[in-house]
Amino acid sequence: MKYAYFPGCSLHSTAKEYDCSTKAVCETIGVELEEIPDWNCCGASSAHSLSHKLSLALPARNLGIAEKMGLDVAVPCAACYNRMRAAEQELRGNTSERESINKILSAPFEGGISVKTLPEIIGAPDLAESIRENVKKPLSQLKAACYYGCLLVRPPKVMGFDDAEDPRSLDNIVSAIGVETVNWPYKVECCGASFALTKPSIVVKLTYDILRYAKAAGANCIVCACPLCQANLDTRQKDVEAKYGEKFNLPIFYFTELLALAMDLPVEDCLKRHMVATDEVLRAPITVGSGENADKR
Amino acid sequence: MEQPAASEHNTESPTIILGVRTDADFRLRVESLSGEKVMQCYQCGECTAGCPMAFAMDLMPNQVLRMVQLGVSKPVLESSTIWLCAGCETCAARCPRLVSLSKIMDALRQIALSEGKARERNVARFHKIFIDAVARDGRVHEVGMLARYKMAARDLFSDMGLGLRMFLKGKLKLMPDKIKGVDEVRRLIRDTTETPPHPSPKRGGSAAPPPSRRGLGGG
Repeated sequence: MKYAYFPGCSLHSTAKEYDCSTKAVCETIGVELEEIPDWNCCGASSAHSLSHKLSLALPARNLGIAEKMGLDVAVPCAACYNRMRAAEQELRGNTSERESINKILSAPFEGGISVKTLPEIIGAPDLAESIRENVKKPLSQLKAACYYGCLLVRPPKVMGFDDAEDPRSLDNIVSAIGVETVNWPYKVECCGASFALTKPSIVVKLTYDILRYAKAAGANCIVCACPLCQANLDTRQKDVEAKYGEKFNLPIFYFTELLALAMDLPVEDCLKRHMVATDEVLRAPITVGSGENADKR
Repeated sequence: MEQPAASEHNTESPTIILGVRTDADFRLRVESLSGEKVMQCYQCGECTAGCPMAFAMDLMPNQVLRMVQLGVSKPVLESSTIWLCAGCETCAARCPRLVSLSKIMDALRQIALSEGKARERNVARFHKIFIDAVARDGRVHEVGMLARYKMAARDLFSDMGLGLRMFLKGKLKLMPDKIKGVDEVRRLIRDTTETPPHPSPKRGGSAAPPPSRRGLGGG
């Protein structure tokens, strides 16, 4: 199984740990990733706010290069996935738009390949065996709230992946490595990451709601598949605690980090980069049926 | 999916509905930019009920849609709401009439920007600076973009502590990556940016200087 790999800008800087753990896990379970040479930014939330056509054109260049490689695209970042997938779908159906953008591209996109998100690739039934075989240290000390955020599953018609209101893919993946997952109401709420810079007070409020519902459901960590969600929940957690006078101490893991840990792959460098320390929860003894849920509200 | 029998507005001159100036072209413009049929909406309020940003908005999402239906452009284009929409697609995923309000919000931002009406100037400025960063290197160099935004917004000191903590954790990459195909990316940006930045000085001629030199950044 081989994919054209699109890391996106975050995985080269703030979310390096998502990149490293993705590569380590994929190599172990037999998913080959070849980085799209000379890829460009997908345009994120900004391109579509300024021009619809721009939001198609930026991903189109990456799609064209991937098509030349003859490979479907694997995208770890939920925000990039959303933009790449939306562009793929629209350009495939809209010939005139596609042709007009292709005129500018050195590698045109003709709709021959498709974009997949990493939880979809890793969670595919045919990899389950390979994951099971490679688990060396099940992470039964973790009780995770799997957080999908907004862009991984919405809009459902375009993303075509998992359930938009009650997605399970991350829950299934981490369950396979011994992690207990909680049922909670905020798994597809937006964390407001695109306002991290411009409206921090709004972001702190949205982040607070997500953290407190995760905690109230009894989770001791949050698992995500988006560098913007991770950055928001991890780096802003201190601000949230200060503003609302409530301690959370919830580490925010990429699901690939947990897979790597369970497979005993070297991820210490990843974990060192987290703002909320991860060692305590990873070391924690197995507590069966801890009564954390009930009284936290 | 055809929209129900709602006849095209026949108003050539502005109409007054309850003392508010309306403009039928507004709806048509929004429809053509967004590709959405706004008359599909029957005002159930699902979009507002699920909107994570509604608590911070000055117009509720369903009110925005209603105003577009009626051609009430001014309060919509001058609202904070269109800039506070996070584009999370919750409304679009849940709309029983299959209207993508997210796309309508995009169209409204584009119109507001082209008319120089962006109420939330920092949000508009951020989007512009973000795309400028893409034009500069082909990828976004977060530190550089952040610094340029902070300068433009004259807000150098908030989040300093956070920035320092991130730096100490090795989360911030100091040098940008410039891609080889950056000229192609600049051409894509230049040829697809229908809405000229406001105010809009003359566009560059040939090999496209990074658009960072113009536009909102100076405002």
